[in-house]
Amino acid sequence: MKHKLTIAVSGLNAIDSPGPGIGVIRSLRDCPDFDLRIIGLSYEALEPGVYMHEVVDKSYQIPYPSAGSQELQTRLAYIHDREQLNVVIPTFDAELANFIKLAATLKSWGIATLMPTANQLTALDKMHLHDFGREHNFNVPKTRFIDSLSQVEEIESDFDYPMVVKGKYYEAYIARNREEVAAYFHLLNAKWGLPVVIQKFVKGTEIVIAGLGDGTGRLMGAIPLRKLYITDKGKGWSGVVLEDEALINLTRKFVSASQWQGGFEIEIMRTGEDKFFIMEINPRFPAWVYTTAAAGQNLPAALVKLALGQEVTPYTAYETGKMFVRYAWDLITDIREFQQITTTGEL
Amino acid sequence: MILKKSVAISETGFIFNPATGDSYTVNPIAAEILQLLKAAKSLAEIKQEILQQYDVDEKTLEEDLSDFSSHLQQLGLAEHEA
Repeated sequence: MKHKLTIAVSGLNAIDSPGPGIGVIRSLRDCPDFDLRIIGLSYEALEPGVYMHEVVDKSYQIPYPSAGSQELQTRLAYIHDREQLNVVIPTFDAELANFIKLAATLKSWGIATLMPTANQLTALDKMHLHDFGREHNFNVPKTRFIDSLSQVEEIESDFDYPMVVKGKYYEAYIARNREEVAAYFHLLNAKWGLPVVIQKFVKGTEIVIAGLGDGTGRLMGAIPLRKLYITDKGKGWSGVVLEDEALINLTRKFVSASQWQGGFEIEIMRTGEDKFFIMEINPRFPAWVYTTAAAGQNLPAALVKLALGQEVTPYTAYETGKMFVRYAWDLITDIREFQQITTTGEL
Repeated sequence: MILKKSVAISETGFIFNPATGDSYTVNPIAAEILQLLKAAKSLAEIKQEILQQYDVDEKTLEEDLSDFSSHLQQLGLAEHEA
């Protein structure tokens, strides 16, 4: 018998830099065990998922993360009152902290979640990944944080050019000389604030791994993928599933060391000497997560089952060579729908 | 030299290396050689088979086979026998 569930999912921005929501929902809809009503949580009126009625049954706008967890709680209470949510799956990095703060409240309302803890979120962010790597014996590119350009000279003794200059939260640039470091420093400081992150440039092949941890150190599934086409925004527009036990072992070690709870994506650089460097840990599923379901590991469905406290057997096998090719599609809607989501915050 | 077990080769000469995600296309004779390698034939055996089937002088074939096999190794598709 199918399990009747109402699940709220965010990240409906299926745009050129897509959120993971549509991939998560598509995976859930593929699961034969669920009879679903999907509630979309959107930030902007033009997030495509809001208009994809065959994917999302009903959408509600929610306040921007900067409004804080209290505003979010008020809005979720309203949505829950109308929809009786069973599970909520946040899929944006920036919103996670607010949702994590509300985890206990949501639970008391009968809403299940499977998210990392606040400590895990902090320990694996850009600012702390290097320490995590050192503590648990993972290769992470040498990292320094700078608050002023006067520190660049000092850093030059430690780092060769090119070096990577990263924003506190997002964006990264490769700087080939001191002038470029200065230019990117100002750009990233203005956008994301201090400190600015300086990282050793690692040359190699970029690999990403989507995975799921159960919160006790157990890896529930992992799919490694090589992006075959990358857009000018650095987003994968096509990718192929890889076979490499070493990548799965690395992921298992990461989940065991971090006790990670929920979905995640590891960004890896494989050097010419077959050495793996962890470049970043994204604390949520990637936008390409539907490929995990297509390759035989429906990680979003497993997340829902874990969140609901069901017994889930970890995935071990998957189909190598499964590919995704993303595409653009002009969805036709009507100004009345745009008007409705804009004025009422619901569609 | 042995072809890595996981490397997939289609009859049309499409090669996929699932460890790296790289893919290549090769011409029919290269595809035939790859299929023979996949069938665990040695380079010496392959040379004999090709010599029997095609009008090619032995020296040219040896050179081409040697180039091709080092190319396969450079691309991580094949390795020396242990």
